[in-house]
Amino acid sequence: MTKKEYQTYVNEKAPKSPKLINGIKAFVVGGLICIIGQLIYNFFISLGLLEEEVLSITTIIMIFLGAILTGMNIYDEIGKFAGAGSAVPITGFANSIVSPAMEFKSEGQIMGVGAKMFVIAGPVLVYGTITSVIIGIIYYFIRM
Amino acid sequence: MEFIKVFVVGGSICLIAQLLIDFTKLTPARILVIYVTAGAILSGLGIYQKIVDFGMAGARIPLTGFGHVLVKGVIKEVDETGLLGAFTGGIKAGATGITAAILFGYVVALVFSPKPKK
Repeated sequence: MTKKEYQTYVNEKAPKSPKLINGIKAFVVGGLICIIGQLIYNFFISLGLLEEEVLSITTIIMIFLGAILTGMNIYDEIGKFAGAGSAVPITGFANSIVSPAMEFKSEGQIMGVGAKMFVIAGPVLVYGTITSVIIGIIYYFIRM
Repeated sequence: MEFIKVFVVGGSICLIAQLLIDFTKLTPARILVIYVTAGAILSGLGIYQKIVDFGMAGARIPLTGFGHVLVKGVIKEVDETGLLGAFTGGIKAGATGITAAILFGYVVALVFSPKPKK
């Protein structure tokens, strides 16, 4: 079989438009996770709490859910199905912390759990923080 | 209506990330870094607040929303305390998320064990 024939063969055997399916799955699961966030938000707003407090509580609950579902090996299963749909929401941020921390537990509390927690969360915090500082400085000088 | 907006905005933000993964070979870790940075820049330009006003949790829950929170905090503190605010505002505003992620992440990793690899 030539290279070209093989490529045709592979294309025939590959599932039809998996990229389209992946996109739909990510859209639906990501949208549903956001709706859960909105339901939590609406519930605490209805209790009469301040918006600032409710935003904090919603963040805490969503991160808790992401962490605990990862611990129970459920979130990674959702991830296999949803791809970016479960990675991009804040629950996925929690997943990115818990998952390597559990996996490298055998390497100890410091270099295992403590360090590996930040394999993905670390870069997110680094680049998020630096970007925000730069924007703050630019804003300061534009505002003057 | 409210939930349709949340669903469409949140779903679309996730869909864009999935398209980036499938069409550009960017790794998920890079996408997350791009997302937090993009959220911060869009927030600095005053665009992300408009997306939040429309999509609510649909814009707040994705990681771009975290970038938005950092920049919102920085701008608020620069208004109040000047240039120092660029150093204090971001992490202060993101404190809830960062602390919750570290605390729950650590506790869950202690209590649970990974599924044995088959």
